[in-house]
Amino acid sequence: MIYSEKVMEHFQNPRNVGKIEDPDGVGEVGNPVCGDMMTFYIKVKDNRLVDIKFQTFGCGAAIAVSSMVSEMALGKTIEEALKITNKMVAEELGGLPKNKLHCSNLGADALHKAIEDYLQKQKKKEAEAKSAKSHQSKESPKLSCPYCEGPLEGWEEFCQACQIELEECPECGLPRKKGDKCPHCGATPVRV
Amino acid sequence: MKKIYFDHIAATPVAPEVRQAMEPFLGEKFGNPQSLHSFGQEVSLAIEKARSQVAALIKAEPEEIYFTSSGSESNNLAIKGLALANQKKGRHILLSAIEHQSVLYAGKFLEKLGFEVENIPVDSWGWVDPEAVRRAIKAETILVAVMMANSEVGTIQDVAEIASICAEKEVLFHTDAVAYAGSLPLDVSSFPVNTLSLAAHQFYGPKGAAALYIKKGTRLLPLIDGGIQEGGRRAGTENVAGIVGLGEAARLAAQKMKDWQQELGPLRDYLIEELPRRVEHVVLTGHPRRRLPYHASFCVRFIEGEAMLLNLDMKGIAASSGSACTSRALKASHVLLALGLDHALAQGSLVFSLITGNKPQDIDYLLEVFPPIVERLREMSPLYAKFKEGES
Repeated sequence: MIYSEKVMEHFQNPRNVGKIEDPDGVGEVGNPVCGDMMTFYIKVKDNRLVDIKFQTFGCGAAIAVSSMVSEMALGKTIEEALKITNKMVAEELGGLPKNKLHCSNLGADALHKAIEDYLQKQKKKEAEAKSAKSHQSKESPKLSCPYCEGPLEGWEEFCQACQIELEECPECGLPRKKGDKCPHCGATPVRV
Repeated sequence: MKKIYFDHIAATPVAPEVRQAMEPFLGEKFGNPQSLHSFGQEVSLAIEKARSQVAALIKAEPEEIYFTSSGSESNNLAIKGLALANQKKGRHILLSAIEHQSVLYAGKFLEKLGFEVENIPVDSWGWVDPEAVRRAIKAETILVAVMMANSEVGTIQDVAEIASICAEKEVLFHTDAVAYAGSLPLDVSSFPVNTLSLAAHQFYGPKGAAALYIKKGTRLLPLIDGGIQEGGRRAGTENVAGIVGLGEAARLAAQKMKDWQQELGPLRDYLIEELPRRVEHVVLTGHPRRRLPYHASFCVRFIEGEAMLLNLDMKGIAASSGSACTSRALKASHVLLALGLDHALAQGSLVFSLITGNKPQDIDYLLEVFPPIVERLREMSPLYAKFKEGES
């Protein structure tokens, strides 16, 4: 078997599968091109993750990773959960085959994204409470691959994680797959 | 637990007769066939017997059969060997989009040397239109390769027609018959093919034993230089036991092919008919009728192939998700994408390829355990959740 016993155990009996109807945060990563998609839903109470659910499309490793991440994060504070790294997940699973390590990246990323979503919603709520006229500062967006969500260090023409060519969308300035419709603003490239 | 094997395309079990034929060459008959003494000569005779057996399977002359280590080596030898030996005539090569990696990557290698390699598209059944080949042939074209049948989708090509077009245009033609040879009748004297690959592990022979048919008079550069083995076209001390096994497997296949066809064809049809009835959102891949007699392939929507395979394995069923050569690669199959399937659907690929001895009850068992597996994985799938939301 290519997977450890722990991976197979989580794959056969994944914990926390499903959806939270009224979540405090949602994190979605991946796409069918790179083979895996994960959605994490979280419920937060007194700064703790009191409920986590996930949905995953993907291989055995992707399902086991999702399950493990949900188990590791459940009951943790926001700060503790944000410290869960991809490496920790893979170690906790007794290791993953080399070509499946990107699955563990997706797992922790999906969780972190759900937490970020929650934090942003909190910020918004606070800001709205403070003043209706709060001026939102325009932050420069953190660049990431629009297909596998892997971080990009500045402008790169090629995503190492999912092996696709990228270009800057002339409409919104975010990275998109070369020659493809922009997933951010929907602009289609001009055909020559 | 019951164990059922539906992975013909990865490897067939070695027939007892084949193993018996091979055994002496792993024991007392150890001589080097190139040696002049009696130890070598008895082995040399065994190799020539195997050559005749393989030749008989495809109706070739024995001296047109060259032994290699694998279907991949045969394909490499054909594509690179033909291109390099004939480049003075032109440097344009046409390969079907669904060729095995050993053909496509041999093409990539030639591109680095300055050859122009073009893909011939396939239709949604994975079928190459012979007229598309005719249209794609240019004055500089020297070589066309279209496989006889594809192992991922099972579709059988109109190779005789394509070969005739190539002959008419004076272009060399190679066909990869690895998935086809040994399962269906083949007669290389009936159509103008220059080279043809076959491999023993696809018809109850050993792994690591394969052959390339090279039509008499075809110029081809060897890939392995050295001794005089295989007429100087493939140097290196022979894999004697493997070659003897290939020969015996070819003899058996010629004899039993019809029986296997009659045994497996109905099982395949039953599976193709019944599986989409038991599970929603399943599509057959490849041609519904013009396909390998042992081959049933599907794409299951909203879930991924490997997760299904692991679950099937836990139930004792061995199947595959496309080519064994790519089962650990993460990308969707180039074959399914060439058929026009979207990435998500292509990730849900499953191939059930039958072997002799499979029973109707085995198919029934699969049909019984498979739906709950799909249901469980779909319950976890965000794609399925989105689909359900859209439906309601």
